[in-house]
Amino acid sequence: MTTAREVDVLIVGAGPAGLAAAARLAAAGVGRVEVLEREAAAGGVPRHCAHGGYGTFLHPLTGPAYARLLVTAAGQAGATVRTGVTALDWAGPLSLHTLSPDGPETVAARAVVLATGARERPRAARLVPGTRPAGVHTTGELQRAVHLHGQHIGTRAVVVGAEDVSYTAADTVRAAGATVVAMLTEHTRAQTAPARAADHRLRHGVPLLTGTTVTELLGHGRLSGVRVRHRDGRTAVLPCDTVVFTGDFVPDHELARRARLLLDPGTRGPAVDGALRTSRPGVFAAGSLAHPAESAATATRDGVHAAGAVLAHLGGARLPPGVPLAVAAPLRWIAPNRVTPSDRLPYVLRTATELARPVLYVTQNGRVLHRERLRTALPNRTLRLPAGWTHRVDPGAGPVSVSVSVSVTVS
Amino acid sequence: MTVTARGPLPAEPYDVVIVGAGVVGCAIARALARRPRLRVALVEAQDDIGQGTSKANTAILHTGFDAVPGSLEARLVREGARLLTAYAAESGIPLDPVGALLVAWDEEQLAALPRLAEKAERNEYRDASLLGPAELHEREPHLGPGALGALHVPGESVICPWTTPLAYATQAVQHGVDLHLNSRVEQVSRRGDTHTLGTGRGTLRARRLVNAAGLHADTLDRRLGHHDFTVTPRRGQLIVFDTLARDLVRHILLPVPTALGKGVLVAPTVYGNVLLGPTAEDLDDRRATQSTAEGLTALRAQGARILPALLDEEVTAVYAGLRAATEHEDYRITAHPRDGSVTVGGIRSTGLTASLAIAAHVTGLLADETGLDLGPARALEPVRMRDPRPSADRIAADPEYGTLVCHCEHVSRGDLRDALAGPIPPRTLDGLRRRTRARAGRCQGTYCGPAVRALLEETTRA
Repeated sequence: MTTAREVDVLIVGAGPAGLAAAARLAAAGVGRVEVLEREAAAGGVPRHCAHGGYGTFLHPLTGPAYARLLVTAAGQAGATVRTGVTALDWAGPLSLHTLSPDGPETVAARAVVLATGARERPRAARLVPGTRPAGVHTTGELQRAVHLHGQHIGTRAVVVGAEDVSYTAADTVRAAGATVVAMLTEHTRAQTAPARAADHRLRHGVPLLTGTTVTELLGHGRLSGVRVRHRDGRTAVLPCDTVVFTGDFVPDHELARRARLLLDPGTRGPAVDGALRTSRPGVFAAGSLAHPAESAATATRDGVHAAGAVLAHLGGARLPPGVPLAVAAPLRWIAPNRVTPSDRLPYVLRTATELARPVLYVTQNGRVLHRERLRTALPNRTLRLPAGWTHRVDPGAGPVSVSVSVSVTVS
Repeated sequence: MTVTARGPLPAEPYDVVIVGAGVVGCAIARALARRPRLRVALVEAQDDIGQGTSKANTAILHTGFDAVPGSLEARLVREGARLLTAYAAESGIPLDPVGALLVAWDEEQLAALPRLAEKAERNEYRDASLLGPAELHEREPHLGPGALGALHVPGESVICPWTTPLAYATQAVQHGVDLHLNSRVEQVSRRGDTHTLGTGRGTLRARRLVNAAGLHADTLDRRLGHHDFTVTPRRGQLIVFDTLARDLVRHILLPVPTALGKGVLVAPTVYGNVLLGPTAEDLDDRRATQSTAEGLTALRAQGARILPALLDEEVTAVYAGLRAATEHEDYRITAHPRDGSVTVGGIRSTGLTASLAIAAHVTGLLADETGLDLGPARALEPVRMRDPRPSADRIAADPEYGTLVCHCEHVSRGDLRDALAGPIPPRTLDGLRRRTRARAGRCQGTYCGPAVRALLEETTRA
């Protein structure tokens, strides 16, 4: 029989955002803070990112070490992290049906933080035509196979994408003893640090095919190659037994959808304001669920920030709802994507096309609230916009828009 | 119980060998399993049952309302639907009686609806009714604008196309039928009253032969000296949408067939996904199960008209199947008394629905036309397919049923373990997916793929 149990704050997802929120809430004296993690171990994506780039400049860490640090911090603060527990669906506005080896349970809370993360779109969701052979992966699956299970992958891999996660995938392919035949991107250049792109091209000899897309997967049983097409119409077959589809993140928003939370059309995650409040009072969203996908550091910052908003909520604060914050093309999305005058959380944005030294304009009803020049912006890379302008937002004056104008270089 | 996938085949002749373990071959094997005196083998070229047309179709349990009246197909679909509905209930095969709407989008299609209603009557289906646009949109609020009316066929259902042949085959092997996988029949010769089948795993001998080879039925038939039909593979590409799309549609939305072609359908599946498809492309290549950019673009264009919101949902799978179309309108089920064989050819998209009735019909032909002595009949022990729902009772009995491995489809370690230890165990990740749904969800194995693979490899190594 299903038993109901009460906690103060229920957090779904023990990745960086969920664990950071749990640690701060427990440290602030909230009695029963519980984190549900469906995987067998807590820590989220960094757990299988067996490379550096985590922690701080002074205290650099690998992904697994960063994950352990977050898990320890949450535990020491007094939060309960339960692994192997799946949140299936909502039982009420602030309660969830869960399933674990202990059986089904219903957990009710005074506030819920959704920190369910994001995943890369797999091949089918990208509508890549062809056969359905073995040897087709996403970076996430590849990393789990190699770093958590020590599994053999193929011998020759093509990596689709040229952003940070794509280079991580290429590193993982090599760590598994296989060769990266080529990397390819539909864009005109790599969307990572120039040194990293050069390292792969020059030291590892991996060609980067720009302006190129995969048009067909070939092979019965096992992948035998991928057909690619360049923007100029040329096609070629790259013989390979493995292909890794990287990037193209979508939020794992099942619980948000089942709650019928208002979604943001750009991120496809729940719409949140600067306090990471969703459209349902008492339900918050943090981490890559709200912006698919940013770094672990951004997710951790989100978790800490959401904890502050949860504390205010538990203290009885009821802020007025924000107004929509939307981007205009070629910008793809912004998060948070609702705004109130008191918001202080910096914004993250993405662009669909490369922009040379763009100027961002924040406007409401034709009134310019803020203007900011950025460095050159690339697709699949984070753009940041500070929140110093939010006090100029008029909560009664309708949606706020972020648009871009590209500077013209006069020669 | 004998299920083999490698090594030499038994030397002693079988009374009946069925070639092809698709839904039709499995159903025939099950029907013959009721005859304890017969020695029966089911042989399959691939490494699992249901690997051809049976695994890639629209998963609809038809009423047969639109079949050609008086045809063999019309009769077998009508009888088969009744038999399979009862069998699904008895065996725990997922089935959802959602009903169908044939939606008319132009005047020509609207004019065709009364004729289809009349055809349904002639096929002894009397529950069809015409709906006006208001009632149609009330039943399907997410339908695209411009639908003029519909024919409501409440008896149409959706069923699991993988569990059905697996249930048949499981019941067959549990009652003494031998299943030989990886045994492609490459040669056939007849000496005296016995067929000798040359397969990749050696020879097999049979007194009676049932050709249920699907896409390859004409090839096998020619080796037996029969030239009744030619299979032209008709490719159907389908797009499967995530379960979060399920609320968008309440019925199977069928196209109205007109002179210009058949159009595509939108249908829920028993697992809560939504299907869009199929295309219909006549091909020569019997292995051409790849999807194409043109096919997917065309499907999305049609889907955008039928159910515009569907295209905004995530796609969880794209697949293509080949229907065994022939130059004939009807099924080609023929007994050949001279060589003691029965050919079951041209079983197109209705084969899943008709399978149990086809099996009964073929059993009759074996006895009446080829003189096979069936011997006494017995009732079969029922088979109980996996109930995938996690429940408190199952978890209390074994916590492994509460340890979810595939998060998208909520498949537990216990369920994976059971499937791997089943009477017809899977040999590949895809076989395990068909049995359990593991890796069939929106992440397509991003989270669970390596863990599922580890479980499979643990079992196959052991």
